[in-house]
Amino acid sequence: MSTPANRTAMRGYPRKDGRKGIRNVVAVAYLVECAHHVSRLIVQKSGFDDVHLIGFPGCYPNKYALEMMKRLCTHPNVGAVLLVSLGCESFNREELRRTVAASGRPVDLLVIQQAGGTTKTLQAGVAAVNRMRAQIVQQQPVPMALDELVVGTVCGGSDGTSGITANPAVGRCFDWLIENDAKCIFEETGELIGCERIMASRAITPELGREIEACVDKAANYYRIMGYGSFAPGNAEGGLTTLEEKSMGAYSKSGSSPISGLIKPGDVPPRGGLYLLDVVPDGEPRFGFPNISDNAEIVELIACGSHLILFTTGRGSVVGSAISPVIKVCANPDTYERMSEDMDVNAGRILHGAELDEVGREIYDLVQSVAGGAASKSEALGHQEFILTYKQFEPIGPACLPAA
Amino acid sequence: MTESKANGTRLPPLLLLHPDDNIVVARRDIAAGERVELDGEAFMIPAAVELGHKVARRAIAADARVLKYGAPIGSMRAPVARGEHVHMHNLRSDYIPSTTREGSDGH
Repeated sequence: MSTPANRTAMRGYPRKDGRKGIRNVVAVAYLVECAHHVSRLIVQKSGFDDVHLIGFPGCYPNKYALEMMKRLCTHPNVGAVLLVSLGCESFNREELRRTVAASGRPVDLLVIQQAGGTTKTLQAGVAAVNRMRAQIVQQQPVPMALDELVVGTVCGGSDGTSGITANPAVGRCFDWLIENDAKCIFEETGELIGCERIMASRAITPELGREIEACVDKAANYYRIMGYGSFAPGNAEGGLTTLEEKSMGAYSKSGSSPISGLIKPGDVPPRGGLYLLDVVPDGEPRFGFPNISDNAEIVELIACGSHLILFTTGRGSVVGSAISPVIKVCANPDTYERMSEDMDVNAGRILHGAELDEVGREIYDLVQSVAGGAASKSEALGHQEFILTYKQFEPIGPACLPAA
Repeated sequence: MTESKANGTRLPPLLLLHPDDNIVVARRDIAAGERVELDGEAFMIPAAVELGHKVARRAIAADARVLKYGAPIGSMRAPVARGEHVHMHNLRSDYIPSTTREGSDGH
């Protein structure tokens, strides 16, 4: 049982844009795969758990990737940024540096070709990280309220228990967070295929409802062209048979609040409420699968401002994330027994008679503890997965945020 | 058997999620030949069913919709008798075919 005896009070590091961060991370960002190894060495040699590795591997320009990196490097949980470029890639490193500097954060940029190779960049990088970290550890966190919190939810390794235990328990937690004006985001429209009409009926305006149906249609079309739905062999082994069955289970993570808006990666919810994140690219399918693994979805939720992520799993995922803590809610009681080291909450006990509200309450308390500084399981185990790939999006239309 | 599984055995092993559903879900692993309660009657499970898997609540015809959580989750590709396993071999998606490590379910 991970119910905290005394819930830690929420606190955050105040940022210039008015948001608060529940962590104060130094992000080391490679701007092309060719700078990945040197960046990883800088993170390892710095030796601090709060120095995280992020980056974009591509050499070709991509507007989405630049916007995502801007959002991530100015995320409230990030206190300072070191950019590492090889030198010849097309990533607009100066624009990214200006954006971070304008946000009031310490920022440095190293170009490996100018610095003189691996070892010199590594030495300069470790020195830069230590210098910036010494600056930001002086910052004092201040009290933080639920209406300042953004929480994202994702599922990974779903099985036949997910839609009965962990997902509806997260849904209860979302309902209570939203009652307190928190901003909550659920996603993966490709895993909501089959739920479009029920979802549309929860939208706060009919126009938003139509946008939601259209975005699920877009997802179904996109996945048909890819030749696969978002359905993995492990889903079937765990008792799920069809994409729409998996969708109905995933959908229950959203709880029962009205849907206030439809956002795209990098859009920060404007006010408290429930938001659907459309992760499927616009236009003709061009760069492959919308999200190649769970962490790609987590990174997009973080780019939308999520301070922490509620990750439900039946088969048993172990991942965490760079930048924002991941809380693991295990749906399957047998999986929990095998993998309790990685699981923050045993929602599978609902199958043994525990009440949904009791598990939902445990998640709700844990959200506030982790926002107060307590480490989640994946965080304590050092999980800092990160993946960002090519995509393209059009901006959201006016009907998508009716209350903005 | 572990303690938590033993706790589970006190509860009915088949779970009805919504009154409109024509399938029920195994709350724990159920052995072949085990007598379980289905809609208030004793019923013998013909073949083993794993935790999280689906069993027909009543006979379902080929091409009929399967309802779980009160919502359609696909159509039967073959008829199924009461108490039998409902899965990849007899249920198909009405949207996008599911995939296994052996390939697509091929409808």
